[in-house]
Amino acid sequence: MGKVRLDESRHREMAAGLEVSLRRLAPFLTIACLLLLWQWISSRGIISHILVPPPADVYQAFIDSLADGTLLKHTVITLEEMLYGLLLGVGIGLAIGYAIAKAPILENILSPVIVAFQSTPIVAYAPLLVIWFGSGIASKIVTTAVIVFFPTLVNTIVGIRSVSPNLRDLMRSLKAGRWQIFRHLEAPSALPVILAGLKTSTTLAVIGAVVGEFVSQGSGLGYLVTSARNLYDTPLVVVAVLAMTAISLTLYGIVAYVEWRFLVWQRRASA
Amino acid sequence: MTLSLRELSVSFRDPAGGALPALGPISFEVAEQQFVCVVGPTGCGKSTLIRVLAGLLPPSSGAALCDGEAIDRPMRQFAIMFQDANLMPWRTVLDNIALPLEIAGVSRPTRYEVVRALLPQLHLESFELAYPAALSGGMEQRVALGRVLVQQPKVVLLDEPFGALDALTRENLGRLLLRLRRRYVQTIVMVTHDINEAALLADRVIVMSRGPGRLVADVSVDLPRPRRHDMIYHQAFLKLTKRIRASIDDLSA
Ligand SMILES: Nc1ncnc2c1ncn2[C@@H]1O[C@H](COP(=O)(O)OP(=O)(O)OP(=O)(O)O)[C@@H](O)[C@H]1O
Ligand SMILES: [Mg+2]
Repeated sequence: MGKVRLDESRHREMAAGLEVSLRRLAPFLTIACLLLLWQWISSRGIISHILVPPPADVYQAFIDSLADGTLLKHTVITLEEMLYGLLLGVGIGLAIGYAIAKAPILENILSPVIVAFQSTPIVAYAPLLVIWFGSGIASKIVTTAVIVFFPTLVNTIVGIRSVSPNLRDLMRSLKAGRWQIFRHLEAPSALPVILAGLKTSTTLAVIGAVVGEFVSQGSGLGYLVTSARNLYDTPLVVVAVLAMTAISLTLYGIVAYVEWRFLVWQRRASA
Repeated sequence: MTLSLRELSVSFRDPAGGALPALGPISFEVAEQQFVCVVGPTGCGKSTLIRVLAGLLPPSSGAALCDGEAIDRPMRQFAIMFQDANLMPWRTVLDNIALPLEIAGVSRPTRYEVVRALLPQLHLESFELAYPAALSGGMEQRVALGRVLVQQPKVVLLDEPFGALDALTRENLGRLLLRLRRRYVQTIVMVTHDINEAALLADRVIVMSRGPGRLVADVSVDLPRPRRHDMIYHQAFLKLTKRIRASIDDLSA
């Protein structure tokens, strides 16, 4: 009797373990299938190699561009634009978001500008930004900052406004000063929402930087894509695009890790 | 510290700009180290009263005084506790209780020492590193009580502190409150819905009426201390709760 139950529970445990590992494995299986499909399509000559280069050609382009340093050079440039843009856009978003959350009148004053910026596609006014900020790194930083600004702003406002009024009363009754209220109440309670916004922002930042590079030629992964396309070097285009994906995923992963590290209390809560 | 309310009234503004009377005018005094319970129908202004005493809400007219001085901001040596434990989910039990000390600028080792000395009395010694999400309702309120006690307040304001708990937990916490009061004697004003709880804990029960809150009965509780839970079966206790009950029923009649 006891043994049967033991076996049963062990069996259930193993089944659950199997399910978890299957679920972890599933994304990699998807990728493998796509690669196989890709290889198959190009090897059968269904589509021209200029349109869809075979994986081997892409791999070769990757090795070549890595060896002569072009890939690294452009990746670093794009990364740099993104990071400065993130810093600028997130910084301004946090500051203005906090100000709006504290003084709602500011929302009425600023909303025309913010809504106009947000509802116009960035690709449309990116050339304007190049005219204003030149074709160097500055215009790309600004495009990134603009695109990253909005989600940060919204999440900051939501985060600060959702601070529990009872906890505000508690802080007041403890005679906490403005700075103490910010540090001990507003910042920690808005942090989860702000980090969630930051995750969105990192993926948007790649878009911002690359749009900037498309519009003003020079350098960066966006430039690599356009220049390779002009030479019909499709494998290199694919390499550049995959590099963008890699950057985006890495930054997202870093923020997700920070979230996991700093929001220990939330982790325990859901366990 | 003594508290006194002089013709205190509060009204809120409705969106159209009209006045919504929420409390008073009401007058009464709370003597030094007296334990006063306030009971009354929902919406009669009990929480409003507590918020005025806490200095969180200015009176519309009249005044709330502490030792003769108007309460026009949160006062030093006052501590407040709400129905909802109001803990910070990102702080451990230890850090939640230590919050008032941290705000007051007490160094970390000192405040942890103070809190650790307090934990056994709250039966929380094995939970100092737990986060609020891992606590039961009763434990959360004990943490909130600890956060009141570290302030070493002279006046404690409690707004239905045990309102969200089951009957047994509420009884335990009531006992804990009395025990702690004996050690750190303070003036207490506590709002509750529970007439038995009021009569069992307090020196005096104040009954308020609705629309807007006025004082309709002021009953002193002459039961001996220390109070024991089985007193609720005594004749004297029953007579007392009947009287309180009757003054509330008069309101709805
Ligand atoms: N911030 C506010 N704005 C407008 N009206 C309010 C506000 N706070 C309370 N009121 C009103 O004031 C009256 C008294 O509210 P209060 O919360 O003090 O009642 P209470 O006696 O504590 O009720 P309960 O027993 O349900 O907790 C109610 O009619 C309520 O709607
Ligand atoms: Mg209330």
